[in-house]
Amino acid sequence: MEHIPKYLLSTFIAMLLCFSSYSTIALAGDGPDEVEIDSLAQLYEPVYFDHAMHEEVTDSNCAVCHHHTLGTQIDDENCMRCHAESGATDEIACQECHPSNRFEAEYLNKIDADNTLYHRDKIGLKAAYHIRCMNCHEEMGVANGCQDCHSRTDAGNKFFHAGNYAPPESEKPAGGGH
Amino acid sequence: MKAMNRRKFLKGSLLGGAAASVISKSKNADASASFGGYPDTMGVLVDLTRCVGCRSCEAACNKEQGLPAPAQSFDELSVMDHERRTSEGAYTVVNRYEIPGQDHPLFRKIQCNHCNEPACLTSCFVNAYTKTPEGAVIYDPTVCVGCRTCMVACPFYIPAYSYSSVLNPVIKKCIFCYDTRLKFGRPPACVESCPREALTFGKRKDLIKIGNQRIKNHPDLYEDHIYGENEVGGTSWMYLSSAPFDQVGFDTDLGTQPILSYVKEFLTVVPMVLTIWPALFAGFHLLATRKDKQKKEEKSEI
Repeated sequence: MEHIPKYLLSTFIAMLLCFSSYSTIALAGDGPDEVEIDSLAQLYEPVYFDHAMHEEVTDSNCAVCHHHTLGTQIDDENCMRCHAESGATDEIACQECHPSNRFEAEYLNKIDADNTLYHRDKIGLKAAYHIRCMNCHEEMGVANGCQDCHSRTDAGNKFFHAGNYAPPESEKPAGGGH
Repeated sequence: MKAMNRRKFLKGSLLGGAAASVISKSKNADASASFGGYPDTMGVLVDLTRCVGCRSCEAACNKEQGLPAPAQSFDELSVMDHERRTSEGAYTVVNRYEIPGQDHPLFRKIQCNHCNEPACLTSCFVNAYTKTPEGAVIYDPTVCVGCRTCMVACPFYIPAYSYSSVLNPVIKKCIFCYDTRLKFGRPPACVESCPREALTFGKRKDLIKIGNQRIKNHPDLYEDHIYGENEVGGTSWMYLSSAPFDQVGFDTDLGTQPILSYVKEFLTVVPMVLTIWPALFAGFHLLATRKDKQKKEEKSEI
């Protein structure tokens, strides 16, 4: 039971730290070459995200990943309904918009109290990474399994009952009875 | 005179009975109005379009609830080759569904849906179950006598039974991590472990707004329905899907009435039968046998 809060804490601290090296206004090519994402460090080794390579892949069109936050035009029709004139904003890092405390009471009460809020369904930082990365990886047909990006730690193997912690082979059918 | 009296008495009792039945009917009508759940109850919105079947939620549940080690590791995806149900060793499982006409499958996590008006709670004759204001349907295993009525009552086939326990088999099911998390305002372990927020934790009424917003923004992607918003009187766990719900294992014939409303009228009669009938029939018996007894006594006096 005690592992979870610790893991949570490290998650949040790591999420706060990552991407913090960004300057406030960035143009294509200004991004970091590499970003270390270690928000799941308890179960997985950190991911070294090759930012420079992804800039190349996207022809330096930051909006492919970063929505409307950079000097490039918004292309999502739904966003355009309100943000056609918004232009570039000051926020660039994922964590500036995507909360790392998405399911904490404080955040939930905040969105509950504001009836006029449109962005009440803003996904948290961890999901923002995974959905952005994985959906594109699937489209591009590149490696997309959990451990293709981050290899598991010993604690991770224990959590998944895998590797050294894998259950012994048995004849029993998977799943068990009701 | 005597006949008149009897007629009057019968008339009066008929009227009285009619009045009583009217009153009791209106009472029933009030009681059967849907409770609709506690106002600030929490819930989880499961978005099938986001789940990739990684089974992290299953692993997290296993750890959080201190469940026995699984037969196969949680990164073994072949277990989804057949449809699984919840069990005493797994309070949540993910199943895979191939959708005709779609090139990739959908994954659906099942666990207790934590109904607003739980059928398991209604069916339990030792009152082991509680619906907490936070939304969890919890149970007291020390009270459970293992009768398994709740397993029959549950419209989602969720409560499992510890068949492996010889001496004290009890019901086993998801409790929304109530003791360790929900009680303190924290999301359940499965939600926290989900990498893609296929599980969104929040106030139930906000989740309905969020669900409707997703459907509105992506009408081509989603079915125009939040499963669990109204099913069996509403559930704390609700679902969005990109395929018709009956294609991903949902029972779409459950209706919107809480299961309770189907049995309420019968169940209100049960305590009446238990309390009034013994006295009533004992009285009849005494009345009927009084004369015999008197006769016997008279005879013995002679």
